[in-house]
Amino acid sequence: MSKIIVMTSGKGGVGKTTSSAAFATGLALRGFKTVVIDFDVGLRNLDLVMGCERRVVFDFINVINGEAKLNQALIKDKRIENLYILPTSQTRDKDALSRDGVEKVLNELSKEFDYILCDSPAGIERGALMSLYFADHAIIVTNPEVSSVRDSDRILGVLNSRSRRAEQGLEPVTQQLLLTRYDPDRVERGEMLKVDDVLEILAIPLLGVVPESQAVLRASNVGMPVILDEASNAGQAYMDAVGRFLGEDIDHRFVNPQKKGLFSRLLRRSA
Amino acid sequence: MSIFSFFRSAPRPSAVQAKERLQIVMAHERAGRSGPDYLPMLQQELLAVIAKYVDIDQNKVEVKLDRGGDCSTLEVNIELPAREQAKAAAAAKAGDKPAGNDDAAAKRPVSGGSVNGSAKKRG
Ligand SMILES: Nc1ncnc2c1ncn2[C@@H]1O[C@H](COP(=O)(O)OP(=O)(O)O)[C@@H](O)[C@H]1O
Ligand SMILES: [Mg+2]
Repeated sequence: MSKIIVMTSGKGGVGKTTSSAAFATGLALRGFKTVVIDFDVGLRNLDLVMGCERRVVFDFINVINGEAKLNQALIKDKRIENLYILPTSQTRDKDALSRDGVEKVLNELSKEFDYILCDSPAGIERGALMSLYFADHAIIVTNPEVSSVRDSDRILGVLNSRSRRAEQGLEPVTQQLLLTRYDPDRVERGEMLKVDDVLEILAIPLLGVVPESQAVLRASNVGMPVILDEASNAGQAYMDAVGRFLGEDIDHRFVNPQKKGLFSRLLRRSA
Repeated sequence: MSIFSFFRSAPRPSAVQAKERLQIVMAHERAGRSGPDYLPMLQQELLAVIAKYVDIDQNKVEVKLDRGGDCSTLEVNIELPAREQAKAAAAAKAGDKPAGNDDAAAKRPVSGGSVNGSAKKRG
């Protein structure tokens, strides 16, 4: 039986797709057979971030509609063993995601995969609801910024009331916070919410803190999940988060400003 | 840097304000979410009744349900406008024109008030 994870946030542009690509790759690197599904019907982007955009022939919606077999739509990653991508359609809209259709595909995937990772679209409408409905675990992607924190809280409410687990009175969906685009320098200057502030407000366990990093754009430019950039702080932060997700006890790095040399401090002062 | 900036108290960091604003707005939103379905309706109907008599500000009404072990409380907190304004508003609603001396009265310093109702129910 596989585990279903949803990467969700309510708000758009906070890093769900970036995190989905990184997380799925990290799980596969750890030896788990993993598939990452793009639920953002109409705005396909996961394929670009994963670097498989030219290999898309059939998609998730084709499979739901019975126009293609699952194994015709699944794309096997060229770099990592055990990693597959199920891209979405660019031409349909989110109504194409029927609950029965999604369930059928997830059931078929769960025969083969250890982890199924659902990359949620923004909002709290059909696409987002379908991506979280069947989840066992939710990773709440949040930026240290007021509207993102508030939207995350709304999504937590939705998970607690409108997921399959909530509706059927099962064990609740586990919820963990992934705080992304964190800028320790701005936090130190009092310009950005601290990790602890966000934790106090949302009151869920912390899975990881991913710093604001230029490596993310560089990686997406070339279609590589940032976790494969092992030298980057964002890549390392995602790797740590995957370890914690698997139950390992790993200290949080990248929460405090990096020590600066005299030269860059002088530069900063004169700037 | 001007010499005066030494004496000025440091401005409150914007992140502190962000946190406070979030705590307030989310306390509201969570209460609305966890409450029973009838709570928003109850609030609207209560408001409609009170608005017949007093001019109230929608933002100054709070309806809160606290679930306890064997006792729940429904708390209705309404901040009323200053007394004279309220009278004028009520008179206007009743179809009268506010009397001339009310105009004069309105210029006097006014004081606000607040009703706070609370109902308990064993459950
Ligand atoms: N840690 C980070 N540092 C810098 N930029 C980031 C980071 N995480 C995400 N981004 C950028 O933010 C934008 C939105 O990210 P994306 O993953 O597409 O968000 P979502 O899927 O939530 O809409 C992208 O341009 C991405 O490169
Ligand atoms: Mg996205």
